[in-house]
Amino acid sequence: MVRAKPEPVQVVKERRDAALAALVARVPYIAFMGFEFERRGDELTAIMPYRPDLIGNPTLPALHGGALAAFLEVTAIISLGWSLIWPRMEAGESVEVMPALPKTIDITVDYLRSGLPRDAYARAEITRAGRRYASVRVEAWQDNRARPTVQAMGHFLMPELEVQP
Amino acid sequence: MTEERTKIARQFIEALPHCRALGMKLDSIGQGEAEIFMPYSEALIGDPDTGVIHGGAVSALMDTCAGASVMSHPKSGPATATIDLRIDYMRAAKPGATITAHAICYHMTRSVAFVRVSANDGTSDVPVAAATGAFTVERA
Repeated sequence: MVRAKPEPVQVVKERRDAALAALVARVPYIAFMGFEFERRGDELTAIMPYRPDLIGNPTLPALHGGALAAFLEVTAIISLGWSLIWPRMEAGESVEVMPALPKTIDITVDYLRSGLPRDAYARAEITRAGRRYASVRVEAWQDNRARPTVQAMGHFLMPELEVQP
Repeated sequence: MTEERTKIARQFIEALPHCRALGMKLDSIGQGEAEIFMPYSEALIGDPDTGVIHGGAVSALMDTCAGASVMSHPKSGPATATIDLRIDYMRAAKPGATITAHAICYHMTRSVAFVRVSANDGTSDVPVAAATGAFTVERA
């Protein structure tokens, strides 16, 4: 028995990065806010690079709470979308046609510290993803990983996936 | 709130960098109530298939409006910060429509302000989103 030769690592990386980039590029608001996504295997880290127009309190100064809420919501939605694409891509299916993005049902944002005028990072943990509903916990931090700036818990409506014949 | 104070509040809120970036405008404010609107913009689209605005932009609008209502409350201090905000998204906003948020600071203790906010696009009595939040009360 001859085992199939594994694909070169560069080919695998390029395919995964291209799928992630295509997912993120679909949302104009992500480009507007300047959010970026980094990938390690299937794990995503979202980045909100600091920009002066993210400020909500110029006196402190502090990031706008709404910008941080948006950052967490985007991180949750992209992480959920990615969780739908990843298994299909790894199974060798085409991901040329992206599934629709999950829709937010509700999100509760906990403001733990004021947002510093610096970059912010976020990761989402999908607590449960069913066929229709998903629960996601997401946390953002800045200088210190152990001192989160904001955390959120959200519920999302999953897109209906067309079954491939 | 007098016209002069409304004018000052308008200048203050519309000058906040992130509020400016999203194009927020103050409609009215006073006695623990505020109304702020955000015109439609293609840059804020969250769903490219439908052109519906991203929930994140609506969150930012509702957070701003809630904070403004706290600051306009007669017992409020000079500043406030969000402790928590829970947002329910009831329906998609109509593409092209301006979204208006209306916030009421319905109770204030010495330390905490409680707020309810709704966001509407003017096409239905059912709001696009509704939120409840708790805010800090700073002592002067």
